[in-house]
Amino acid sequence: MQGEKQARLMQGNEACAEGAIAAGIRFFAGYPITPSNEIANIMSRRLPEVGGKFIQMEDEIGSIAAAIGASLTGIKAMDATSGPGLSLKLESLGLAYMVEVPLVLVDVQRVGPSIGMATSPAQGDVMQARYGSHGDYAAIVISPSSVQDMFDLTIRAVDLSERFRVPVILLADQVVGHMREKVELPPHEQVKTSYRPEPTVPPEEYHPYRGDDRGVPPMAKFGTPYHWYANSSSHNEDSFQATSDYAISRKLIQRLTHKIEKNKKEIIEVRGELLDDAEIVVVAYSCTARAARGAVLKARKEGIKVGFLRPIVLWPVPEEEIRKVADTARAIIVPEMNMGQYVHPVREACFGGRAKVFSLPKVGGEPFSFGEILQKIREVEASA
Amino acid sequence: MPKEAPLSQLVNKYFYTHQFPTMWCPGCGNGTVAMLMVRAIDKLGLDFDKVIHVAGIGCACVAHWYTTFTALQTAHGRALASATGIKLANPELTVVVTLGDGDCAAIGGNHLIHACRRNVDLTAIVYNNFNYGMTGGQVGPTTPLEAIASTAPYGNLEPPFDLCKLAEAAGATYVARGAVYYVRELISLIERGIQHKGFSFIDVLTPCPTVFGRRNKLGTPGQMFKAQQDLTVSVKKAKEMSSVELEGKWARGVLVKREAPEFVEEYEKLIAQAQKGSS
Repeated sequence: MQGEKQARLMQGNEACAEGAIAAGIRFFAGYPITPSNEIANIMSRRLPEVGGKFIQMEDEIGSIAAAIGASLTGIKAMDATSGPGLSLKLESLGLAYMVEVPLVLVDVQRVGPSIGMATSPAQGDVMQARYGSHGDYAAIVISPSSVQDMFDLTIRAVDLSERFRVPVILLADQVVGHMREKVELPPHEQVKTSYRPEPTVPPEEYHPYRGDDRGVPPMAKFGTPYHWYANSSSHNEDSFQATSDYAISRKLIQRLTHKIEKNKKEIIEVRGELLDDAEIVVVAYSCTARAARGAVLKARKEGIKVGFLRPIVLWPVPEEEIRKVADTARAIIVPEMNMGQYVHPVREACFGGRAKVFSLPKVGGEPFSFGEILQKIREVEASA
Repeated sequence: MPKEAPLSQLVNKYFYTHQFPTMWCPGCGNGTVAMLMVRAIDKLGLDFDKVIHVAGIGCACVAHWYTTFTALQTAHGRALASATGIKLANPELTVVVTLGDGDCAAIGGNHLIHACRRNVDLTAIVYNNFNYGMTGGQVGPTTPLEAIASTAPYGNLEPPFDLCKLAEAAGATYVARGAVYYVRELISLIERGIQHKGFSFIDVLTPCPTVFGRRNKLGTPGQMFKAQQDLTVSVKKAKEMSSVELEGKWARGVLVKREAPEFVEEYEKLIAQAQKGSS
């Protein structure tokens, strides 16, 4: 029936592809890599049906470069990969931050380092997704925990990338990408996403790199009377080379950072549960958030005052929200499938607060059981 | 011969003169190539708004700093991959790509061979100066054997690519070689490359007197330009010469021109088919 949500059993990667189509993605460039393949497979079939374009490029670098080119023509573009592919794309991803090209890059994380384990999940790309490319910039990285999230947050990623003229990374993992769950899909026409701000002045008054009051410059489509230069070198507001001008370069880098950091209230999203009286808070994201929430609910039944905080947007860091629990709780536990990555910004946000921060790392490809996190909650409770 | 626009008119329309002087060294051939590209585009009467200039990184890839076309400067070696995305996303655009020899055949080599194979309607102009000029004259994939470079101080041990043979073998449907000394011919080669439906590859021999010429004692810039008379022969003449006579000479002109399905057009057909199927 029209206008009603449709319930379907879907795989995470499939939900991501469907969310992308619903969000208006009409260009996808990819390169085969496990465990993200299903996204490209589905996009290659779905995009032509909606008048969009798919291309499999010759390598990971080529695919993000092609997505950048497509986005400049005014089309919403996307690419998907896993850790080894992200490593290869980082130079061009940095270019997309510099040139301010909206696009969505999905990273379905697998175990690293290097080739690692292609079909096992990890959360080892958290730092790479934020800091991987050289130089300074600010990134938006979103972390899905369910198949429904793969649909909803792909849409959110498209929306944010367009709104801020910035690449957005959807940092999934093999569990979320490959599992099947019930998803509620709204009709596509009900899905609304932003489109990049476009120039409203005549071409001769257009400054392609002059930010608006939020620091986001209007973006003209390639092929219009607005001639401009998408410049990967340091550039001034009119996009000309400014490779020997320190003041201009400083201003540019600050704007690229500030347009995200100063507007983070619009970007960040956290989910908190049972936080009001919590003495212990588990901060978890992506597939680990599922086990963590289970552990928190179980511990509550045992009478432990524990709460749950899930950053849905990992970068920019929801510092205020974390800080708030750091002042009320006495302990924060950060379980993650790496040797301890997101625990660092959590510690920084908690600095000087009441809570002591405990890292709970797990590597090797096996997801957390809720029992493992529950055990850590009990240990921390007992150490009081 | 069609009437050509006067130089001042071309310069004012197609160049940001406030960005002059260019960064190219005196005697460099690259400015000539850029000007000839502009002449070719102007002669074709293309919609100025719909010409997109894509470039990689290097001495070859700065023409777009000065030209008034909408442009993208990619990372080193990635110009053809981004150009592919631009053309596929908007087939109405004319996409001209300027590349250097190292940019396109070393760090970007994979994108080059696949662009040739895929036959997307792009025009790639390679400014081939036989070394990495911008970084101070390092050895590259087109540096001749035994030539001296800043990273080959004892002479180059690696056999160079013949870029045109590489492009032809990889499937390019238009392959041409020009030399900056032959100005009118080069304009025509670029013109025909842009007109060709499919991937066009134009290898342009251009002197780098400052770092390549000086190290290899090739004389003044003027001498290096004139030397192209001895170093190249027209395709027509080359056909009449023996392989012994052709040794050390480059054939100039259109080397390959054949019709083959163009990728973006084929993709548009695929869309029509998929939409018919899904409706």
